[in-house]
Amino acid sequence: MHDATGVASVGWLMIALPLLGAAVLLLGGKALDKAGPYLAVLLSWAAFVIGLLIVLQLRGRGAEERAMHLHLYSWIPAGSLNLDAGLLIDQLSTTFVLLITFVGSLIMVYSLGYMEHDPDKRRFFAYLNLFVASMLLLVLADSYVLLFVGWEGVGLASYLLIGFWNWNPAYATAANKAFFLNRVGDMGMLLAMFIMFWAWGKLDFAGVNAAVAGTGKGTLLAIGLCLLVAACGKSAQFPLQSWLGDAMAGPTPVSALIHAATMVTAGVYLIVRSNVIFTASENARLAVCIVGAITLAAGAIIGCAKDDMKKALAASTMSQIGYMVLAAGLGPVGYAFAIFHLVTHGFFKAGMFLGAGSVMHGMNDQVDMRRFGGLSTVMKITWVTFGLGFLAIIGFPGLSGFWSKDKIIESAFIGEGWKPWVFGLTALLAAGVTAFYMSRLFFMTFMGKRRWTEDVHPHESPLTMTIPMMILAVGSAFLGLILGPTNIITDWLEPVVGAHEEGHPVIGQYPLMAITVVLMIIGVAIAWKMYWRDDVPITPPVGSPLTQAARRDLGQDDLNEAVFARPGLHLTRSLVFFDNKVVDGGGNGMAAGIGGSSARLKKMQNGYVRSYSLTMLLGVVAILGAWWVVQ
Amino acid sequence: MSDFPFLTTLGVIPLVGAAVVSLLPKGSARLARPVALVFSLITLVVGIVAATQFKTGGGQPQFQLTETHSWIPQFGVSYALGVDGMALALILMSLVLVPISLLAAWNDVPEGGRREQTYFALLLVLETFMVGVFAATDVFLFYVFFEAMLIPVYFLIGLYGGPRRQYAAVKFLLFSLFGGLIMLVAVIALYQQGPGGDQGFLVSTLTGLNMSASTERLLFVGFFIAFAIKAPMWPVHTWLPDAASESKPAVAVLLVGVLDKVGTFGMIRFCLQLFPEASKWATPVVIILALISIVYAAIAAIGQNDMMRLIAYTSVSHFGFIVLGIFAVTQTSMIGSQLYMINHGFTTAALFLFAGFLIVRGKSKNITDYGGWQRITPVLGGVFLIAGLSGLALPGLNSFVSEFLVMIGTFQRYQVAGGIAVVGVVLAALYVLLMIKNVLTGPKPQLAAGPDGTLALGDDGTRPHTGVTDTLFDEPDTKIEDIPAEAKVRGSSIRDLDLREKTVAGVLVAILVVLGFFPKPALDLLRPAVSQTLQHVGVQDPSPHADANPEGSSK
Repeated sequence: MHDATGVASVGWLMIALPLLGAAVLLLGGKALDKAGPYLAVLLSWAAFVIGLLIVLQLRGRGAEERAMHLHLYSWIPAGSLNLDAGLLIDQLSTTFVLLITFVGSLIMVYSLGYMEHDPDKRRFFAYLNLFVASMLLLVLADSYVLLFVGWEGVGLASYLLIGFWNWNPAYATAANKAFFLNRVGDMGMLLAMFIMFWAWGKLDFAGVNAAVAGTGKGTLLAIGLCLLVAACGKSAQFPLQSWLGDAMAGPTPVSALIHAATMVTAGVYLIVRSNVIFTASENARLAVCIVGAITLAAGAIIGCAKDDMKKALAASTMSQIGYMVLAAGLGPVGYAFAIFHLVTHGFFKAGMFLGAGSVMHGMNDQVDMRRFGGLSTVMKITWVTFGLGFLAIIGFPGLSGFWSKDKIIESAFIGEGWKPWVFGLTALLAAGVTAFYMSRLFFMTFMGKRRWTEDVHPHESPLTMTIPMMILAVGSAFLGLILGPTNIITDWLEPVVGAHEEGHPVIGQYPLMAITVVLMIIGVAIAWKMYWRDDVPITPPVGSPLTQAARRDLGQDDLNEAVFARPGLHLTRSLVFFDNKVVDGGGNGMAAGIGGSSARLKKMQNGYVRSYSLTMLLGVVAILGAWWVVQ
Repeated sequence: MSDFPFLTTLGVIPLVGAAVVSLLPKGSARLARPVALVFSLITLVVGIVAATQFKTGGGQPQFQLTETHSWIPQFGVSYALGVDGMALALILMSLVLVPISLLAAWNDVPEGGRREQTYFALLLVLETFMVGVFAATDVFLFYVFFEAMLIPVYFLIGLYGGPRRQYAAVKFLLFSLFGGLIMLVAVIALYQQGPGGDQGFLVSTLTGLNMSASTERLLFVGFFIAFAIKAPMWPVHTWLPDAASESKPAVAVLLVGVLDKVGTFGMIRFCLQLFPEASKWATPVVIILALISIVYAAIAAIGQNDMMRLIAYTSVSHFGFIVLGIFAVTQTSMIGSQLYMINHGFTTAALFLFAGFLIVRGKSKNITDYGGWQRITPVLGGVFLIAGLSGLALPGLNSFVSEFLVMIGTFQRYQVAGGIAVVGVVLAALYVLLMIKNVLTGPKPQLAAGPDGTLALGDDGTRPHTGVTDTLFDEPDTKIEDIPAEAKVRGSSIRDLDLREKTVAGVLVAILVVLGFFPKPALDLLRPAVSQTLQHVGVQDPSPHADANPEGSSK
């Protein structure tokens, strides 16, 4: 690998600038209340410009010559574990850099409008900058340990931003829940690193990748599963997914940036970054596929039942990341498509969240879609931009999702035995469900009759908000077309994720495409009948048992509560009792015993000279004895 | 310069300071604080100069900056001082923590006068003993400092502590004396095993003795019990929560952050170095105790309502990590443990002192009496959060590096133990975040002066759940409009950090961040000491086993 030259040699600035912004804004005090947010946005764009220049620099080289390594400093020189901090600037990391800084900067511009009247907006922008810096560190790190710093850094930023309005105790709980479930995932990450160091004595990507060949299957499987646990925590995959819905407590730009476009996709990044390990372990990949398939189905079902606009979008995010995880689990046929869908999803989902924010902005922070309806007439820009994102996600032919998601469905059908049928059909059917729940969301919000509460006067949002929405909408529409059929994305990523394997799906490519489109149309049609043509009741109907379960996130919280939280609570209480009464009681009992003996010893002070002289004699004998022993 | 008795000087300066502080005439009693601070700062400067004289390269003797004088030659006792990287790092940490603590303790004795003079003098005396105990290279001299430390701490807790200070002080003393007496027997018996002579108590004389296995084991146990009480490990940890909770925060910092390190320091310097075979024999038991400490104390911490007790329990959990790393005896785990000792000192100092800043304002140690304080003391809230994040070993902050090294090094040799230790990482998130949530978040509290002039918290919805009754996974269904409007906006008379407190907080936070991103100077200092210890124990690092399967519960 080459040492970084040119612009890439100052690649660390991409991380340092937003970090500096965060520090300045947090330490600057009230003096920066006005200028601070603009500084934060500026620094984020600066990171984008550097990233763009680096990509241009990379494009100027041959495909195999592009990856560069930037050594920073000696970080943990602990002897046998000797770790340097460095950046890995390659096709995969720079793809993420562009996504993070471009979408991130757009969302920060949007936030200038959205958070204009918030008294704490300086703190908000500081946290956003902290997030951008951490996320860039995550994707640019050259070792698992440094990646982990960014990994927990984004977790911290997410925690701070979910709890940004934490004067509401429920929001503070949501923040804690997100951090805690992420920590459970982090346990997997730590164990994966432990096993790597135990097996190979390496923790940097280059060293690990070189050592994989010739390693036992069991070790690779263990590492793969631990990495999968980590990915589940961060990317809200089954069984650690339950935090994402609650995370919508954060301001909507945060939901767009962190909980849709970038941070939650870090798990996919981790798996693709570790592609050498996963390619070598078929069983680990199978586990990844299973997790992805379960989550994409569960997310789609939950998405159908939610009336809270943001929570419906969150369920959709979960489901779409399920697609990416599934693709990553498919191995060399899927890695590039996982990243492709990640990028297009980053655009259309961020765009839709910003649209949701725009709706909330106009509707006094209402999120219940049963109180929306007919907004297309009063919020035209929001309607059109959201509509493009909506068409993209359901896979409308020609738009971004059509190119990226259908590739995943197609890849899922590749293989032998039961697997292509199970994974392929799950992905295919869920695509139909996706069309249904997204249409439901879109029709309930923008179409049909107005069901507004009396005091709202919806209006279009200011330009600071709508311009980012427009740009993201253009991306949602055309990005897939630009990157997909031209093979730009697969060719670009090939040196990192390995040569793309062409496989033959068990169903022909064109019939499959046709079936997908038909399913999509059916999904839209059902939603059209239920939520556009027919009136939407303001109070939600009781619904089938499945709907009820889906409203409760398919019981994940209830399960966590029953299996972990309540027993944990009892364990904590009994342990504190045990510690106070039994363990400490032992010490106190001893003290009482000593007290008793001292009472008896007191009796020896009886005033009789003969008794004292006896004691003195014993003492002298003891000292002489000690002397004799020592000599 | 290299012959200059740096270590003695480091001990003498605070002692002189203590004398000056306590002898100040009545009229100038208010000078006690600045004088004490100046003396501690001078000590720190001398300490830094001494550190520049220390050579980290290879081929150095075990101890540098040595001084050896005959003290009681008949008994083989010498006044012998010297430091390796570990001892020097611990001394430097202590020298940094003392002025910070003094500054934090500025208003601990509001009545001033003689009582205040004594308080600050005792703190300085304590500093002398701290230097002595880490610098002693004579086993007997170490023992003298080990016991002498108890005296100032006993008075600092017993005279200046909270309502149950008597109980806490006596409990602390009894536990410590119990361990100390067992150690005394072991110290004398160890001397008997050695060659004797007028330098018979020197560590170097007593290293590598030929003893029968049973003698070595008995001596090991004698030392280990004393250190386990000091460290403290489960099940002899129960004195610590009481002592920490009843102490002033500054005293708690020196007690938990520095003095308890003597336990883990002793395990490395004496247990491993003097009794290598017995250490191997005892390893399984010690590792199990360490794991129990990690998990048990973390769960106990979750259940505490008293902030000071909570922090004390987190320390017990962290000491479990340190002991685990010491007895896993890999290069990585050992350097992790030694770095952890340093990091834990600063992290605990930040937690205790910032909690102390809260307690001074809120007049209560109970978490349930707080809530929403981020709204009234944002700076304090911010630094408290950072201290908490350091406590849960967030990557990028100091503790992560050391905790990671301990666990990954332990995993090399003991996969199951390394796997169990990871549970402590998850539990740490719980005890820290629940405390943070219940203290800092929630609606702005309404505070009013009570009849006795203390502050009482209003009660319409401003008291959040306690850490114990809170369930982790309840839905965020409270609507913004459900929160009473006045709860969001009403101000109060509580002020955020003043300049003195900001200085304390700023220095500590800077250390937490710098040691997280740039631990190299500390690691460079510690690496030779670790190699030395490994050499004494005679253990090799396991080599990578790419082809085998990991055992046990490593998934």
